Amino acid sequence: MVEFRLPQNSRIGVGKTFHAAPDAKNVKRFKIYRWSPDDDRNPVTDTYEVDLDKIGPMVLDALIYIKNEIDPTLSFRRSCREGVCGSCAMNIDGHNTLACLKYIKDINSDVPIYPLPHMPVVKDLIPDLSGPYAQLREVEPWLKSDTPPPPDKERLQSVEERKKMDGLYECILCFCCSTSCPSYWWNGDKYLGPAVLLAAMRWVSDSRDEYAGERLNELEDSMRLYACRTIMNCTQTCPKGLNPAKAIAELKHLQVERKI
Amino acid sequence: MSDIRETFYVGHKSDGTLQKRPMSPHLQVYKPIPSMSLSILNRITGAALAFGSTLMVAWLASAAKGPKSFKTVQKVTGSFPGQVVLFGFSASFFLHFIRGIRHLMWDSTAKRLEKEEINKDSKIDIVGISALTLGLWTIIIGKRLSKKNK
Repeated sequence: MVEFRLPQNSRIGVGKTFHAAPDAKNVKRFKIYRWSPDDDRNPVTDTYEVDLDKIGPMVLDALIYIKNEIDPTLSFRRSCREGVCGSCAMNIDGHNTLACLKYIKDINSDVPIYPLPHMPVVKDLIPDLSGPYAQLREVEPWLKSDTPPPPDKERLQSVEERKKMDGLYECILCFCCSTSCPSYWWNGDKYLGPAVLLAAMRWVSDSRDEYAGERLNELEDSMRLYACRTIMNCTQTCPKGLNPAKAIAELKHLQVERKI
Repeated sequence: MSDIRETFYVGHKSDGTLQKRPMSPHLQVYKPIPSMSLSILNRITGAALAFGSTLMVAWLASAAKGPKSFKTVQKVTGSFPGQVVLFGFSASFFLHFIRGIRHLMWDSTAKRLEKEEINKDSKIDIVGISALTLGLWTIIIGKRLSKKNK
């Protein structure tokens, strides 16, 4: 449902400020969303002053420095620190991206950091992604085929067939795109969202998969697929440079094409 | 439960008791980009045009009724607030029209959807909408001025 304001318990107050050492020269302020289930109060933004001379170039470097040196209670997800795991997806300076791929120097002002938008918050920068994960299961993202594979061999693809999956298979499921989409904010209970639809397109495009028709049947729905209003925040925000808006447009196109 | 997602807002404290989770900020923190703003405006202008078209019907109905009622409506549309509404109506019309064509193109061809193309087209559309609106009003005001001079 469209709800422009945040619920009463989600409105954000002002928190503490952690000052940098007086001799620090290259100081940047990070304003970070904080909420803990144990605190019985609304979320706040804490301000951390970080000496950039002490850390690496990425926003994730700053977060790790804050957790190690300033405030160990800060919680966030991270793993690979090189843009392949998708764990550190968050809203940095107004757009969703991976903290490990975002340069601090690209942000001219203070650095505001929030969890992925319009999601239930588990703690601090950690959103509950159970909803999108359940939706991903719904499109059955695995190879479905009635023909048995050739004996002692894998299912082969031509170079051209393999090429059709370029720009689709690279998705790391960080859900930056889905949580950037206003339509997903308002209708995320029924609309599958860009990340899941991109995954659906990946299997529809796979020459080895024999269930493209059934997959399209499952998507032929006013909400699941067509709640996409071509806002294109997904394409604008994808940290891997993929194009979910185009994948969705192609799914819509296939829906029409197969009826002609 | 109207929205199934409410389930995911049930969390718990460290001692196991239940705690309602907050919703992370969305419109409050998301920085607008031209493509996003144009999409929102497309919807707002659509609603505005639906409302505006009833005013247009009122104008036509008054013309059908007779010169006296037409004159009254002309007085309202000719007043300063009336002109502001008409300006907004024309700007809404051109935005909805241009973006409507854009949507038709996206949906029928699935083309012009690369990030660079989206950003370039957004700029072109904004320029087009402004040019059409300002052009129309330049003509209107120009005609009025030449009438006055006569």
